[in-house]
Amino acid sequence: MSAPLLEVEDLHVRFLTPTRVVEAVRGVSFTLGRERLGIVGESGSGKTITGRSVLRLVRPPGEVSAKRMRFDGIDLLSLSEREMREIRGSRISMVMQDPKFSLNPVMRVGKQLTEAMRVHGGGSRSAMRKRAMAMLEAVQIRDPERVMRAYPHELSGGMGQRVMIAMMLVPDPDLLIADEPTSALDVTVQLEVLRIMDNLVRSRGMGLIFISHDLELVATFCDRVLVMYAGRIVEEIEANRLSEAKHPYTQGLIDCLPKIADRRERLPTLQRDARWRDSSLAELTGGT
Amino acid sequence: MSDAQGARRRISAAGSGLRQARATRLLFGVSRTLISLAITFLGLLLITFIIGRVVPIDPVLSIVGERASQAQIDQVREQLGLNEPLMTQFGYYIWDVLHGDFGRSLMTSQPVIDDIARFFPATLELATLATIVGVLFGVPGGVLAAVHQGRWPDQAIRVFGLFGYSMPVFWLGLMGLLIFYGELGWVGGPGRLDATYELMYEYDVPTVTGAVLIDSALAGAWDIFRNALSHVILPSLVLGYFSLAYISRMTRSFMLEQLSQEYVTTARVKGAPEWRVIWVHALGNVLIPLITVIALSYASLLEGSVLTETVFAWPGLGLYITNALFSADMNAVLGGTVVVGLVFISLNLLSDLLYRVVDPRAR
Amino acid sequence: MTSQDQQAAVGSRAWLTSDQPVSRFHARCVQAYLAWRRLSQNWLAMVGLGIVLALILMAIFAPLLAPYSPFEQSLETRLLPPFSPGHWLGTDEFGRDLWTRILYGARITLMIVALVAVTAPLFGLIIGTAAGYFGGAVDVVLMRLTDIFLAFPRLILALALVAALGPGIENAILAIALTAWPPYARVARAETITVRNSDYISAIKLQGARPPRIILGHIMPMCMSSVIIRVTLDMAGIILTAAGLGFLGLGAQPPMPEWGLMISSGRKFLFDQWWVATVPGLAIFIVSLGFNLLGDGLRDVLDPRSASK
Repeated sequence: MSAPLLEVEDLHVRFLTPTRVVEAVRGVSFTLGRERLGIVGESGSGKTITGRSVLRLVRPPGEVSAKRMRFDGIDLLSLSEREMREIRGSRISMVMQDPKFSLNPVMRVGKQLTEAMRVHGGGSRSAMRKRAMAMLEAVQIRDPERVMRAYPHELSGGMGQRVMIAMMLVPDPDLLIADEPTSALDVTVQLEVLRIMDNLVRSRGMGLIFISHDLELVATFCDRVLVMYAGRIVEEIEANRLSEAKHPYTQGLIDCLPKIADRRERLPTLQRDARWRDSSLAELTGGT
Repeated sequence: MSDAQGARRRISAAGSGLRQARATRLLFGVSRTLISLAITFLGLLLITFIIGRVVPIDPVLSIVGERASQAQIDQVREQLGLNEPLMTQFGYYIWDVLHGDFGRSLMTSQPVIDDIARFFPATLELATLATIVGVLFGVPGGVLAAVHQGRWPDQAIRVFGLFGYSMPVFWLGLMGLLIFYGELGWVGGPGRLDATYELMYEYDVPTVTGAVLIDSALAGAWDIFRNALSHVILPSLVLGYFSLAYISRMTRSFMLEQLSQEYVTTARVKGAPEWRVIWVHALGNVLIPLITVIALSYASLLEGSVLTETVFAWPGLGLYITNALFSADMNAVLGGTVVVGLVFISLNLLSDLLYRVVDPRAR
Repeated sequence: MTSQDQQAAVGSRAWLTSDQPVSRFHARCVQAYLAWRRLSQNWLAMVGLGIVLALILMAIFAPLLAPYSPFEQSLETRLLPPFSPGHWLGTDEFGRDLWTRILYGARITLMIVALVAVTAPLFGLIIGTAAGYFGGAVDVVLMRLTDIFLAFPRLILALALVAALGPGIENAILAIALTAWPPYARVARAETITVRNSDYISAIKLQGARPPRIILGHIMPMCMSSVIIRVTLDMAGIILTAAGLGFLGLGAQPPMPEWGLMISSGRKFLFDQWWVATVPGLAIFIVSLGFNLLGDGLRDVLDPRSASK
């Protein structure tokens, strides 16, 4: 594996409200090379916030702190807002869940695409337009002219998400964070969008962080999986060794999934254990 | 024809079908609004008609005087159509109004409609300038308040705006006159022009729009223009303050809503500078509902003109109506009410339509 | 404080904050107390509350607080500036003490506000809940009517009405109330529609309750908090409209110490004896501001969805 693209050590994110302090992320550490890393968790596990922290998008009353957060050798925590802005979009990008909401509804798609280039010094208008159209074709949009002139609400869900991917990849970043990129799409469209993303990430040699609640999806798509629960990583496992998961939470999640060769009459529901919040894996499994 | 070409043909055919559907929807929306407008206007006419008939002063006596004979009174009653059933009278009334016939004014002895045409532009001039002030200061103010939500700029702007909701406009006008005209002499006093310039304006400046600023500028009469400017600046700022209070409050509210939307995060993820995120992305979405707000603000300024014009002796429709009130000139009062009412109603109902025209999602 | 007193204090506090109320009255008290706690944290709303309370007290105790009579003229002491001995706000052109006239004017303001605040929302509530509950043709007709009145320019219509009926404070109040009810109808209808399909309404319907009972007893109470917020926020507008009518000479008639009317008569002396017009205006401003602050605070507490923060 190449030198790590992203190193995160002991990430903490706190939200200070007038009444109490909410700890959304409690000591998350991981490294990422030019590979696909999945982060799986339920709502409230802190997975989305982890992704946003990397881009330093967490705003007050949120507070981000970490022992280390390095991207390609650059210390992300020490950068000024201006320097961070130069990294955002051009070196690290993020695809969000629902294009209905994540695209500006009153701006034409073409303009939003070229903006991604313009803020990083894109060049002449026609050159940017060409690149935008080329990118649209790369995400398999057949009529790039029309889409460039369209407004987001005129596009179907799958198309909108492909536009989002195009928009985020057009400046050619090294790391892509995908936050539930297919959760808002129809099942039939999901695989197609994933395939497109997969091809692009592979062909450009990018790193990918895939955040989702869907363990099975993540397992098929990524190389490694991090399982998060209540703001901590409870298990780190390679995707093709998922069945060997040790943490009871992960095991419970896998158990809940229906399998085609299933002989069970009822699917089990996850039985939560209060110890999962703070105990380490070793403590839970009694040491290995 | 290749597969792609066929597909493209189907897409564009579907597209034009879609466009047709959208156009039909828009047409529906427009006609529905116009019908609403017509019904509401009818309601307004009904009310002014009733008011006109409820007036204690017998309209006949006001024409023939108290010493007329019974025959004369009967004749005039016949002429005025007062012997007809009420519904028919209402019908005549609607007919007259639609033809612009509001009767004759007691004060000016002119047809009321002519008076209205003469005085309305002044009111429009003031309302327009005040709205410009309101937008120019209110929109950035609201944006800043939203961006700094909870901190002192927000509190300050909100309180400043809140004062605007609590102050009587005529009182602020008087205070303005007292301080800036009486004490400091920085601006012109009541009225549109100084007396000397008034005469020059009457004779030398052709009436194009009825607005002193525009007409004098068009005629190149710059001394008149400057004098008019010194007179209009205080009432514009005073009225503008109220417009500003409303507009900044709504802008702030819309802005807060937009800033919590996902596309704002997308823009930040792209690395766009914060000013662009706020003033291009978020504000772009705010401007659409803001159009409705601006139209409503304009309407309320028109309504408040009765008070402001009294304070500033501004020769607009508001002053006309108030003077008519004291002269018991019901024709003028009702005529003015109908006209202001119609513009007010139109702005209220059409602002809704305007929203739909401007929003790309609704087209 | 003895330990018994302390015990009693703790007891009442505990009763007010308990999360297991023993009766409907208890539950209501708990709600009210919690709302009060939240409201009292907002210092601006507290300022507003203070102003409103001051207005009410001033109005009630005007005869006790006023050093003079509001109508008695005294031509030797006319047009005295503020801080003159015996007249801390000065006197008007008839020598009447301005502070006294402000105090008595508070009564008029309060009366106008109270009358409109009771009649307009009530009327609007009835129309709105009826429209929302019965739906169909009733809804369409009533809402059209509401829309028509809503689209009317309030001040102008009040003007025309007063012009027809004759100037006077009763007519002014009537005119304002007639144009103030539409927003309440809208609010009430919206709330009714939200509530009318809930299970508990179906339950009482099954028990045989007829529409008037359902509307009055079960639906209207749900609308109350929205209506209260609206009323408080509307008060400032009502005060300003009434003052406007008074200024134009269409509301209260001289020699009544109505604040708008006072501004109008002070206009003649604006440049030399500025206080005659300024002081009543300040009173109007402060009172409206008070209602606005209070209304904003109430809205933040009772209806956080549309809160401005």
